[in-house]
Amino acid sequence: MEKKENIRNFSIIAHIDHGKSTLADRLLELTDSVMKRDMEEQLLDNMDLERERGITIKAHAVKLDYKALDGNTYALNLIDTPGHVDFNYEVSRSLAACEGAILIVDASQGIEAQTLANTYLALDHDLEIVPVINKIDLPAADPERVAAEVEDVIGLPCMEAPRVSAKTGENVGQVLEEIVKLVPPPENHDDKPLRALIFDSIYDSYRGVIVYVRVMDGSIQPGDTMRMMATGAEFTVVETGYMRATSLEPTKGLSSGEVGYITASIKTVSDARVGDTVTLATAPAAEPLPGYRKVNPMVFCGVYPADGADYENLRDALEKLRLNDAALSFEPETSGALGFGFRCGFLGLLHLEIIQERLEREYDLDLVTTIPSVVYKIHLTDKSVIEIDNPCNYPDPAVIDYAEEPMVEAHIYAPPEYVGQIMDLCQDRRGIYKEMTYLASDRVDIKYILPLNEIIYDFFDVLKSRTRGYASFDYEIKDYERSQLVKLDVLLNGDTIDALSFIIHSDKAYARARKIAEKLKENIPRQMFEIPIQIAVGGKVIARETVKAMRKDVLAKCYGGDITRKKKLLEKQKEGKKRMRHFGTVEVPQEAFMAVLKLDE
Amino acid sequence: MNPIGLYLHVPFCRSKCPYCDFYSKRSTEAEMDAYCETLCWNIEESYIALRTDSERKADTLYIGGGTPSVLGEERLKSLIMAAKRSFLTEDAEITVECNPHKLPSDFFRVLRAVGVNRISLGLQSAVESERRVLGRLSSRTEVESVVRAAQSAGIQNISLDVMLGIPNQTAQSLAETLGFCLSLGVPHISAYILKLEENTVFYKRRAQYAFPDDDRTADLYLQMCGTLESGGLRQYEISNFAKTGFQSRHNLKYWHCEEYLGLGPAAHSYINDKRFYFPRDFEGFLKGEPPIPDGTGGDFTEYAMLALRLREGLRETAVQARFGHEIPQKMRQKAAAFAAYGLLENDRAGIRLTRQGFLLSNSVLAEIL
Repeated sequence: MEKKENIRNFSIIAHIDHGKSTLADRLLELTDSVMKRDMEEQLLDNMDLERERGITIKAHAVKLDYKALDGNTYALNLIDTPGHVDFNYEVSRSLAACEGAILIVDASQGIEAQTLANTYLALDHDLEIVPVINKIDLPAADPERVAAEVEDVIGLPCMEAPRVSAKTGENVGQVLEEIVKLVPPPENHDDKPLRALIFDSIYDSYRGVIVYVRVMDGSIQPGDTMRMMATGAEFTVVETGYMRATSLEPTKGLSSGEVGYITASIKTVSDARVGDTVTLATAPAAEPLPGYRKVNPMVFCGVYPADGADYENLRDALEKLRLNDAALSFEPETSGALGFGFRCGFLGLLHLEIIQERLEREYDLDLVTTIPSVVYKIHLTDKSVIEIDNPCNYPDPAVIDYAEEPMVEAHIYAPPEYVGQIMDLCQDRRGIYKEMTYLASDRVDIKYILPLNEIIYDFFDVLKSRTRGYASFDYEIKDYERSQLVKLDVLLNGDTIDALSFIIHSDKAYARARKIAEKLKENIPRQMFEIPIQIAVGGKVIARETVKAMRKDVLAKCYGGDITRKKKLLEKQKEGKKRMRHFGTVEVPQEAFMAVLKLDE
Repeated sequence: MNPIGLYLHVPFCRSKCPYCDFYSKRSTEAEMDAYCETLCWNIEESYIALRTDSERKADTLYIGGGTPSVLGEERLKSLIMAAKRSFLTEDAEITVECNPHKLPSDFFRVLRAVGVNRISLGLQSAVESERRVLGRLSSRTEVESVVRAAQSAGIQNISLDVMLGIPNQTAQSLAETLGFCLSLGVPHISAYILKLEENTVFYKRRAQYAFPDDDRTADLYLQMCGTLESGGLRQYEISNFAKTGFQSRHNLKYWHCEEYLGLGPAAHSYINDKRFYFPRDFEGFLKGEPPIPDGTGGDFTEYAMLALRLREGLRETAVQARFGHEIPQKMRQKAAAFAAYGLLENDRAGIRLTRQGFLLSNSVLAEIL
């Protein structure tokens, strides 16, 4: 067991791409936590997806042993946090496990949306913030200007802050010294009943769930019976230990102030939810640690196997992913157009994309996903309220009194020359302008209230392209507000295609309807008969196009007696038909379907 | 035993047309001699091999290619004589495909004397600019005099090949070609829609040509059907038109799923429920390499696929006679849906594609078979 005064628990917060994972790599190297030959770039981001996208999806933690200049050896517990708004709750739990946070700011870019959002989160948790100016090796680096910006905007003294290059390793040693110097050690609460905060959990097929905890009060040993305070579930502790960079190191126990792991033959991560408090069944704490909430999916969509035969494989894959991801929800759903699939709930669009990509890559599945939807509250004329995340369940407009949709408070940070562009975009997305603050002469914070359903789709991509990548974006879910919603139905040859229906604000219905009709026309190959494409709201057609009938598809040439060749061509034609989605009498290739679902600007 | 059709493939051409992917090569006189000798052997051997309990006769002979006329009348004569000594019935239809370019003056008299009663000529187009694009060596006037020569030699059953979908082809240029055919008084026309085949010059240089698109080609096709019908040539197959009594008996065997024996490299056969073919290998054929089995043939699907190429279509009586059952209900149901779109006729006599249906035959067949 470590001496409390030699423990430092900290996380690293940074805007995406400011060098969080690279700095973590250097800290691991400097503390000899990992052999050079085992060193991979961005060691903590160990999912392929994390490395490729340059984002951290799961929280990670590692214990570093650092011999400081004062001669003492310190236990530095680094808790890496996810870097995206979709995972804000996880970030907040990671921060709650720490006494301090390194704030990395890019010496060429300065403060960005997530820098601030995460800093405020850290300040909310009373964390000591250790500013670090990174990327001083870049030609465009201006560490002094950025330091001044941090002092101005956040009010953190920054003149002494280490100027480092995580890439070259320059001055990184100073960061470790700053941590020891500035981050306070945890208080000793060994004598209190056990309270350990779960900040993450991962599923391991041999040990069951490995629960990552920060022990706040008391201590825990193998053999103890532990209890999850939110769920009430009890388990016998099998093992406790520290997370090392490349392995787990068992210990006799964990006590207050320490960060480590617990295994207890737990079968699913939903039994060890992030934010829950672990206590002892024999001597339970009176109150759990504050801040736990069950995370609710915000974005829903239908996920279908492209090949219906893969339905069971999709179910297995989703179940496996859920073992490791308590935020993922799914239930079976059937679509007339797409067959059997699942209605899945996600924290946000990034979460959705990640799950979809993992299903496709790790489980080799070909998927069709429907347009993402948020949860709408529909107030009916009989005074009851229903919540709808699937357009198929949208009630008859005649029985709707009014509808509400979820709103977010969004902050967009960008150089002032893009303000016009950003405002146009937000206005177009039904945003309500709140205020604009100059963070520095070359950076503004624009605050908007936006409907969630306007940003879950392609908002961030469009924002990036309109601002040449300079804008950053963060949001927080606010209340529901009354809204004029309608459900758009797509009809091909008179048949409604359920999987293409979606809920939209009435002001946008016409423009979107026209666009969908055009997309479908472009992507549906001509068939043996004319196909009317109609987009309707409650039985009224608001846009139409026609796919003209195909005129010629014939093997007019006589191949002598080579009947086999004719047969093969016919077989090929039939094969081609199999790849089509059948909508009533109309055949639509997968690509056409995807083109409508991925309808972008 | 029903008589079979006999097909002889002549894999020689003076030059390769830019649209053609049939098997052919240029050759020397010695090669042609060797080839004809091998073919004659093959005819006789096959005749003996197929003669089991009783004799297998052929009531059609089709010499196709390539360009059979490059063999010259003497070699053609030897091939026909070999067939006559073995397979051919007295009243057999004997067709020779000819390229109208540089035919000797007594060519047709010699062929007529040995029993040839049908000639198929590659016209493709009567418009000179189109003929040049297609790489045809002869002129329109040359074609005309060749037709007259055949007619005066006593061969009235002449078929002209016409092509649709030629680069820059228009309704007007097609009308000119069809008018030319009708003025010659030929009783048969085969009209194929150009299909770009890989390994052809057209395919490789497809970007340089203005091929009519599918819609325009469909219009050309319908125009042609109308013009030929009013000229007295009735459509009896997707691509074939004939005056009464002048349908190609040999080609009808393919579409009626009847038996035929094909000899020569790239020639296909269907005998005793088995399909087989000789590979596209001239040297191999000369060395006597055997044909390659190509599975069984003649099931209902195959039969229907072929029958639906014909205007008479899939006939209920023929299906019952051959398979002992009716046209399956499932097929009838699907056919009914397409009948509603005017793509086929579905009645007690059977199922027949309309002209619009012929144009979409791949799609229709893929659905109803």
